[in-house]
Amino acid sequence: MAQIIGMPKLGFDMAEGTLVRWVMNEGEKVSKGDVLAEIETDKATVEVESDYDGVLLSQLVKQGTVVPVNDPIAVIGEAGEQVDLEALLGRSAGEGKPAPETSAAGKPAGEEARPTQVEAPAQVPAAKVQEGAREGYTASPLARSMASELGIDLSQVTGSGPGGRITKKDIEVYQAKAPVIAAAKPAAVTPMPFVAPAQPFIRETHNVPLPKLRATIGRRMSMSMQQAPHFYVTHDYDVGALLEQRAEINRLLPEDDRVSVNDFVVRAVALALLEFPNLNASLDLPNNTLIYHGEINIGVAVAVENGLLTVVSRNTDQKSIRQISAEVRNMVSRARQGKVRSEDVEGSTFTVSNMGMYDIDQFTAIINPPEAAILAVGSAKQVPVVDNGEISIGSRMKATLSIDHRISDGVEGARFLQALAKFIEEPLRLLI
Amino acid sequence: MARITMREAISQALWEEMERDPNVFIMGEEVGVWGGSYAVTKGFYDHFGAERVRDTPISEATIVGAAVGAALTGLRPVAELMTINFAFSAFDHIVNQAAKLHYMFAGQMEVPLVIRTVSGGGRQLAATHSQTPDVIFAHFPGLKVVAPGTPEDAKGLLKSAIRTNDPIFFIESATLYQSRGEVPDGDYLIPIGKSKIQRTGKDITLVTYSKMLETSMKAADQLAQEGIEAEIIDLRTLRPLDMEPVLESFKKTNRAVIVEEGWRSFGVGAEVSARIYEQAFDYVDAPIQRVAQKEVPLPYSRDLEQSALPQVEDVIRAVKEVL
Repeated sequence: MAQIIGMPKLGFDMAEGTLVRWVMNEGEKVSKGDVLAEIETDKATVEVESDYDGVLLSQLVKQGTVVPVNDPIAVIGEAGEQVDLEALLGRSAGEGKPAPETSAAGKPAGEEARPTQVEAPAQVPAAKVQEGAREGYTASPLARSMASELGIDLSQVTGSGPGGRITKKDIEVYQAKAPVIAAAKPAAVTPMPFVAPAQPFIRETHNVPLPKLRATIGRRMSMSMQQAPHFYVTHDYDVGALLEQRAEINRLLPEDDRVSVNDFVVRAVALALLEFPNLNASLDLPNNTLIYHGEINIGVAVAVENGLLTVVSRNTDQKSIRQISAEVRNMVSRARQGKVRSEDVEGSTFTVSNMGMYDIDQFTAIINPPEAAILAVGSAKQVPVVDNGEISIGSRMKATLSIDHRISDGVEGARFLQALAKFIEEPLRLLI
Repeated sequence: MARITMREAISQALWEEMERDPNVFIMGEEVGVWGGSYAVTKGFYDHFGAERVRDTPISEATIVGAAVGAALTGLRPVAELMTINFAFSAFDHIVNQAAKLHYMFAGQMEVPLVIRTVSGGGRQLAATHSQTPDVIFAHFPGLKVVAPGTPEDAKGLLKSAIRTNDPIFFIESATLYQSRGEVPDGDYLIPIGKSKIQRTGKDITLVTYSKMLETSMKAADQLAQEGIEAEIIDLRTLRPLDMEPVLESFKKTNRAVIVEEGWRSFGVGAEVSARIYEQAFDYVDAPIQRVAQKEVPLPYSRDLEQSALPQVEDVIRAVKEVL
């Protein structure tokens, strides 16, 4: 029986997406998990995978069409299947409408079953009950509690129960696979820096449409600058020990797994934030409420074609530098290939923007709303250091914290940078 | 250990308790000279005499009413109702008098009464004589409702019931009297209000009691051949309901089927599954299934009656649906 594929909702504020390219043609055989099309959202280009096995019977929208979330884009069914599209779409659109009231026995409500008639068991197939679950998947309570304990994103798990319900078994299977995925060698990528393709200069004034990502960055940064009163605090960090330790660690690691200065900084920030929940908060202005986030998810700003994205390391305070390094490297790689996943870019609670690789002394960053602060990190440089009347050569790195004055004040910013010093200047603390 | 029938086990319990305590006496229809409709009290009349084995008129209200009065005066009556269907005639005495006197008179008096009765279908006794309305009696606080599924439990629980100072509604299954099982030698008691694991397994929890224990055990045997290990919890007592072993088992298997002979609506399955959802929600991996009697008055025709009663295949089907 034919199934509808809808425009996926890839972020909590995603209302529509542009179908930029069909990957599969009508009539092609598809398996569950195959990429059907690419869609562009505010933030990235992502792939739409098939939820079903079968044949792509119909592409319902043309390339370039803007489609509201959940609206149908494709029909998957069996080869040669005659599909009553209207009926199928009608059913899809009618979801959520109450079914006509009938008793369990299928008779109109009110007509009592006579005692001589066997009432159908007052039991509804489980799959039916679960249909139309809000999250786009169904999971048993046990699967849910297991997933939350193990930190598994249920939308990534394939359900084997009735109606695709995710059960304990599916979580166990997913768990069993997970380490394999983690252990798999990450695709070889050159992590830093991103060099934009040289753009030829055309000696004639001409117009190009503003790329979507550029427009989004513009909108969000304007909003941040206009609404969040920024102020800035800068600190000069002694990174001698950190650089030594990094060199030592990298001697032990395969080339592809080497950690960057930024990986150290990201972990240091996460640990410092444990002492400054106020800087791991968001302002909910309409409700006069401060939201203190229960997780420390560090966003890392990444340059990509046409702009930048922040990829998000989750629960960063609970991860090792090597873990942070690996996951950020993978997300950066996806981001630069335009294959970013929604969870790669959603949910950061504090952002680090590092321009160290571009030989920048220092800079100030615009807060990534609705976060409370952002840390702008410059290059680590050898500089003359005056200590006790003696001049020696030291390694220094400047970092500037931009803070939303509606949430915090200068003193807290200064204390945060001092707390950060503890981790950056005594990097052993990052390993324990 | 002796291997005896359920009938013998119940009979032994009565006999032993009557020998032990002269205050224990039996009253009911045909319990004396005839030896009981199900032959449970055969020989009692000759041994204990007409005063302690009393034949009564065909009036259930009288039997229970008189028994309540006797219990209030300090005797320990065991009143027999030929079938649970006739308990409706004595309903007021059971749920309004026996179940409430201790409470309403602030504990000044106790009602050490056992009402033995026979429940269940499957003997072609037609709609009014074949019901399994056990849960109705379990609805009332003040009444303890016991319904054993094995000879061992029947004997130990009945002896406990007779020695308890609360009114006990003791339900026997019409089609279990011939079933056999090992029974410990000598005097032993089984506490009222304790569920029991009758079979261990790891894949699914079957919760059941009385006649359906037998059905569930057979289903479990067949399931085992397919590699499905069912754990069977026998409730043994409907009130107070001991959920501890059920929850423990469910937390292990995450899946359950409740099997009862009575109707599904408002039944044991409804109660037990609701409690599982309340108390072990985060362990639920699939909707809990209920196996119960079809929602019709039980037919007289053998085939129709059997098709309305829950069968081994129904249990197996439900288990597979849940797994």
